[in-house]
Amino acid sequence: MSRQYKQICCTINGKKREAMVDVRASLTDLLRNDFRLTSVKKGCEVGECGACNVLINGECFNSCIYLAVWADGKDILTLEGLEGPNGEISDIQQAFIDEAAVQCGFCTPGAIMSAVEILNEERELSDEEIRIRMSGHLCRCTGYENIFRAVKKTMLKRLEAKK
Amino acid sequence: MYDIKALYEAESTQDAIRLLQEHPQAQIIAGGSDVLVQIREGRRAGVELVSIYGIDDLRGVCLDETGAVRIGSLTSFSHIAASPIIQEKIPVLGEAVSLVGGPQIRNIGTIGGNTCNGVTSADSASTLMAWDAVVEIEGPEGTRRVPIREFYINAGVVDLRPAEVQTAIIIPKESYEGYFGNYIKYAMREAMDIATLGCSVNVALSPDKKEIRDARIAFGVAGPVPMRAPSAEKAAKGRPVSAETAEIFSRAVLEDIRPRDSWRAAKAFREHIAVETAKRAFEKSILLGGGVISEQAV
Repeated sequence: MSRQYKQICCTINGKKREAMVDVRASLTDLLRNDFRLTSVKKGCEVGECGACNVLINGECFNSCIYLAVWADGKDILTLEGLEGPNGEISDIQQAFIDEAAVQCGFCTPGAIMSAVEILNEERELSDEEIRIRMSGHLCRCTGYENIFRAVKKTMLKRLEAKK
Repeated sequence: MYDIKALYEAESTQDAIRLLQEHPQAQIIAGGSDVLVQIREGRRAGVELVSIYGIDDLRGVCLDETGAVRIGSLTSFSHIAASPIIQEKIPVLGEAVSLVGGPQIRNIGTIGGNTCNGVTSADSASTLMAWDAVVEIEGPEGTRRVPIREFYINAGVVDLRPAEVQTAIIIPKESYEGYFGNYIKYAMREAMDIATLGCSVNVALSPDKKEIRDARIAFGVAGPVPMRAPSAEKAAKGRPVSAETAEIFSRAVLEDIRPRDSWRAAKAFREHIAVETAKRAFEKSILLGGGVISEQAV
């Protein structure tokens, strides 16, 4: 049987994009191979580790178990989309650095995208809520506590700035 | 790349039925958090898929004209948990589906997929069983409704005939009104784990809150499919709200359940936690219903 492709249109990191997608591709394949968005990591590839996590229409998804064709019409945000106009990193990325929440860094982009989903809610989550919301990420360098601190600190800072 | 032979994307339920008729070998993919993983593992390699993920008509929670809670089959676990209707009418269902996998899985996983794969450990299934949910199915012959207890046939086998699609899960008003429930998932980790055992209990108390008007209980992983424990339900019905009743109720589950030994846990251990979770979920349900559990035997 001949290969099957589908034309899709979507928004990736704020820009309208078009792609001819192999129906067998995952969204991870699409983002990495077609758009060179290599913050999206290939970890377990079965939806367990969270290294490929991206926001789709504002919600977190493991892009490894999301068919690329489903991205048609969606608004996708990867870590690269957090970059400021002059190439600066975002507050949550800086907090990960400050709290030593990065060791090998493989889980970091995915974890930060879960943090972004939390921060976008613009409300104060309890410690337990933060832990639950960050629970879809495996960090083999065991930086969980530091990751938790980075997320909480940024959440409180943003809420303080809004007052 | 996934080892997929062909993918057919359905735009509506009727379109899905047509595609399934045209491609009888094809399997349905909803959110894909099971199907894609099985393809990756090689278990379903080379499949033809009919994707129903794009059918937005199958998403959302509403109250129908009879007051029943209607959950579209493609509604994600996180959207179920966030639904004001679920929070008001059947909060335990929102709590149960919030224990599935992790946050990203709860955004992609659907209640339809969770029930159609026929897995006994599905976190939504025991609660749906315990609340007498009804499954709505559309197919070439039209629409039919099946009680969820009959929908499950055997491990991995549900009552879906060729070219049929599950479209909604319905909890009738008489099934939820006046009932209060609790779900306990026993697993090794608090996230990204599959239940060793799941226990969902709900009770309806008498107006003075002194008597168990009705009690319903269902388990996951206590048999090949999610199952009710009718002996326990019968034992508690009409009894006073008391510690003794909780004891009688929880002991009686052993007459109904058939857990097995697996690498996850031994049969004897599953029996032990089945009794204990039944008791705790029963007591919690009574408290939620406004009852007070007296210590002395009646």
